[in-house]
Amino acid sequence: MSFFQSFLNAMPGAVAQGLIWGIMAMGVYLTYKVLDVADLTVDGSICTGGATAVMVVLAGHSVWLALLCALLAGLLCGLITGLLHTFMGIPAILAGILTQLSLYSINLKIMGKSNQSVNVDQFDVLISLRWVKELSVRNPVLVVALFTVVIIALLYWFFGTELGCSIRATGCNPHMSRAQGINTNRNVVLGLMLSNGLVALSGALLSQYQGFADLNMGRGAIVIGLAAVIIGDAIFGRIFRNFALRLLSVCLGAIIYYLVYQFAVQLKLDPDLLKMLSAMVVAVFLAIPYWKSKYSRIKVKEGGADRA
Amino acid sequence: MLKLEHVVKVFNAGTVNEKVALNDLSLELKDGDFCTVIGGNGAGKSTILNAVAGTWLVDRGRITIDGKDVTRLPEHKRAALLGRVFQDPMTGTAADMEIEENLALAARRGQKRGLGAGITRKEREEYREMLKILDLGLEDRMTAKVGLLSGGQRQALTLLMATLKKPKLLLLDEHTAALDPKTAKKVLELSARIVEESRLTTLMITHNMKDAIHYGNRLIMMHEGQVIFDVSGEEKKKLTVPDLLAKFEEVSGGEIANDRMVLS
Repeated sequence: MSFFQSFLNAMPGAVAQGLIWGIMAMGVYLTYKVLDVADLTVDGSICTGGATAVMVVLAGHSVWLALLCALLAGLLCGLITGLLHTFMGIPAILAGILTQLSLYSINLKIMGKSNQSVNVDQFDVLISLRWVKELSVRNPVLVVALFTVVIIALLYWFFGTELGCSIRATGCNPHMSRAQGINTNRNVVLGLMLSNGLVALSGALLSQYQGFADLNMGRGAIVIGLAAVIIGDAIFGRIFRNFALRLLSVCLGAIIYYLVYQFAVQLKLDPDLLKMLSAMVVAVFLAIPYWKSKYSRIKVKEGGADRA
Repeated sequence: MLKLEHVVKVFNAGTVNEKVALNDLSLELKDGDFCTVIGGNGAGKSTILNAVAGTWLVDRGRITIDGKDVTRLPEHKRAALLGRVFQDPMTGTAADMEIEENLALAARRGQKRGLGAGITRKEREEYREMLKILDLGLEDRMTAKVGLLSGGQRQALTLLMATLKKPKLLLLDEHTAALDPKTAKKVLELSARIVEESRLTTLMITHNMKDAIHYGNRLIMMHEGQVIFDVSGEEKKKLTVPDLLAKFEEVSGGEIANDRMVLS
């Protein structure tokens, strides 16, 4: 098979994965861009979502209940980080790391061992990579795309409400928010909950898709999330101004990330190096705005500026 | 309307940088008072405003606004009673949000924020009318991000936000200090007009002695965390800048006011 044939062959899988991680990346967008908080809880909460969902399905319950439980578990993860940050005054990054570490133990306890698989033949799951090339309504690309649309619609509505606006204001200018009577601490907690709820939901979908939940499935998730946010912003930032479109650009960013990832795999790049390469790409993109502000000089007309 | 009783605030207590910012300060504003505050650097002018606004809690003393004891109340809860404009034009508004969204946030000060619409069509029309009065052309840019506005425009907007819901007390913290003289005058005139029209009790810090004399019905001078001069009514109207300088030197023991105060 030629290189491009095999790449095309792998595309549906990459798109499905990108869509699933896109939901996670929207969670990262909420904390990183909207709340202006770097939340590292996600590396743990994505696995919590996956583990919870798999265990609920294995217990013979409906897949919808599994998704709901995963969502609730994620909200709880965000609540813990939020309280560590606001109530106990721990810097957000550290609060996230503390939660993430304790989630390692909790995830192990949820699953009872370091991984749990859920067989698509024996259990009722919503999506599976086995159906990724099927032309049917259970094709994961279609199902996850529907999830994405519904989630974007809900988030768009929510951030237009009084409460949602106050959360946006909290991230934008906490000082002003408090002066306008907004409880910024509560809003930061709410935002972290919402974000980790989405991340856990994405983990629940991911574990079904790949057929297992694994203790290490969240390692480096924050970097993938950030990469999706950054790629989306770099490519669509100038044309997508509306909040819903920005969320969409994050999802597209995640898909592009997985397409590039797939491309690199096809190039026979050492898979051991892929995480490092992801980190390097994110590092460079994060540095660009800093370099721009530091080294670019404002163009001034000959003889000085127009206005003194 | 506002009552501070024996308020003490010490920063960095127990260290070499210890600073008694408010030293057993008592002050009472009557309903409708427009009081200007002057004083040198570190005299405790901004500290009073922050104490009232609840940026942090005071170490001792009692603060009452409109009969309500707010001494232990957190900042966001006190906000229901207060309107605030800050020295830095960046502080008072959310730069990444639209002009109308900022106004809608301010309109809900002191209310529970639920899942109702963040801004309604009816509000938009009201805001448009209000912005027209400012005469800065903002009524045609309601969906522009506030970050695109000039410092003067942002301060005018912040002023509108602070008084959109009539506050019990308006706090102006050198809100024209960062603006060019022409814009500063415009914003100051606007402030005075709003204060007068809505009969707002106001505490305005300024470094400009002329402004302090020209605006308001009462003037207090601060030094080392205490009120050292308090004048109102007819007596205030007769004040001149040399009077104030003399007064300042008299009570502060010959220490000259800083350049900024003298020159402006």
